[in-house]
Amino acid sequence: MPTTNDHDPRSHDYSLSRHDDRTLVRLGVIGLVVLCVIALFAWAAGYLSPGRLTPARFTEAFRQVNGFHSGFRRNHAKGVCVSGYFDSNGQGMTLSRAGVFRPGETPVFGRFSLPGGNPYVADTPKTVRGMALNFSLADGEVWRTAMVDIAVFAVRTPREFLEQLLASRADPRTGKPDPTRLAAFLDKYPEVARALHVIAAHPFSSGFANATYNGLDAFRFTNAAGDSHAVRWSFVPEDAFAPDSPTAAQRQDRNYLFDALIARAKLGAIRWHLILTVASQGDPTNDATLPWPANSARVDAGTLVLNSVQDEADGRCRDVNFDPLILPAGIAPSDDPMLSARSAVYSRDFTLREGEAKRPSAVQFAAVR
Amino acid sequence: MSSTTRFTPLSRILHWLMAIMVIAMLFIGIGMVSSVADYHWLLSVHRPLGISILVLVAIRLINRLVHRPPPLPRDMPAWQRAAGEGSHILLYILLFLIPLVGWGMLSAGDYPIQLYGALHLPHILPHSAPLYSVLRRTHTVLAFILFATFIVHFSAALMHALVYRDGVFQSMAP
Repeated sequence: MPTTNDHDPRSHDYSLSRHDDRTLVRLGVIGLVVLCVIALFAWAAGYLSPGRLTPARFTEAFRQVNGFHSGFRRNHAKGVCVSGYFDSNGQGMTLSRAGVFRPGETPVFGRFSLPGGNPYVADTPKTVRGMALNFSLADGEVWRTAMVDIAVFAVRTPREFLEQLLASRADPRTGKPDPTRLAAFLDKYPEVARALHVIAAHPFSSGFANATYNGLDAFRFTNAAGDSHAVRWSFVPEDAFAPDSPTAAQRQDRNYLFDALIARAKLGAIRWHLILTVASQGDPTNDATLPWPANSARVDAGTLVLNSVQDEADGRCRDVNFDPLILPAGIAPSDDPMLSARSAVYSRDFTLREGEAKRPSAVQFAAVR
Repeated sequence: MSSTTRFTPLSRILHWLMAIMVIAMLFIGIGMVSSVADYHWLLSVHRPLGISILVLVAIRLINRLVHRPPPLPRDMPAWQRAAGEGSHILLYILLFLIPLVGWGMLSAGDYPIQLYGALHLPHILPHSAPLYSVLRRTHTVLAFILFATFIVHFSAALMHALVYRDGVFQSMAP
């Protein structure tokens, strides 16, 4: 390619004084190329596709449904912090090479919560309970999981989640969700109606301490030999199940579930078994609305011991994102579309609330240690 | 073309390698925060790519200090020299700052800084909600400034290559 002589001071037209056609065409081409790059960036940012499911649409929908509560999570807003450890028995190593499954103890902190974006919501027997956990592995890796005590997830895809959230918005005239809108949503998505049926078949327990918490989404476990399995996990309580039927006194207490947890913690450590359920050929990994067969292979990987409860301002859990895709090597996401969506929306939520003024939790108490 | 009018082969390799990485990074960054379906895999690339850019820009700065760049054409107007010099300094600053702010913000947000598999980096800042929030916003603002600076740099490169034809583009051409 011919090049101009760098040492000839007369040869370059930096002021563009010549205005010949070739120069104009070249300027036009440059302008067009640069505009194309900017347009491509705008497309990647979603500016050109208003229909795209963005994390911001989810956090905005939560705000529309629940109102704005400064500094609180957009979902699972009401909660308390807990801490303890996971005592692995080594059995989980048959499925995953993650260090958390080697025999021994891993420090844990977590959070019990109620779903919904209202941090002052009253506890009721019909409320789903949540347990989120952070395992701090010896090699510096972290495993986080956010679970609930229902048997399957109510929706299969992020779009269904958003539509369900918006359909459950209170009608300003009645203060309650519009039943026709909910019915139309269920007609549109029969798998959601089926999942709600499965969920309704399992009564809620009398407290946080005797509930079974399910990860619901499938994950890909890989062991040291390189064998890979799809796994769903659950934390099954040692405290005996009893159906929730609050006493008259409890019905007066807006925090009766949390207060019962605090009272239970004063009696001693609360324990759960980590049960890993292994998929068989054909079990769905991309649809958390479908249960796996009752006779699936199960591994009891060890005991979660929670021996301390703190309110959110005191505890470790408030300013942490329990992103379900913070995973150690040996646990990887499955093809479940909810996982990436949850990760994206939790992250957006975390970024929003960490920049907002923090207000005290509805559940205030002296820490139990 | 004599060798003294071009950047050294190492400089050119670093420039074009980083050009691909940084442009990919800008699109991955803006794409992942506006997507639920692609968020996770884009983020999984974003972190190790960002740290790679941080390592490369450090090598590149040392290389730049050791090897002086070829001289600009003598008749180039002073404002263009100043604009070129200024945008290059800004690019160096941003290529250091954006990955460091990203690393710092994940530290302040108490996230593990995963690169690949079990490989991860230590935290460089204490866990702090307000610090996370400020750094998270700074990360985005700096990324937009980087994109704008890249557009200016890219436009100027095309002007040198197609309109001025003064050998400046050739000096860094692959």
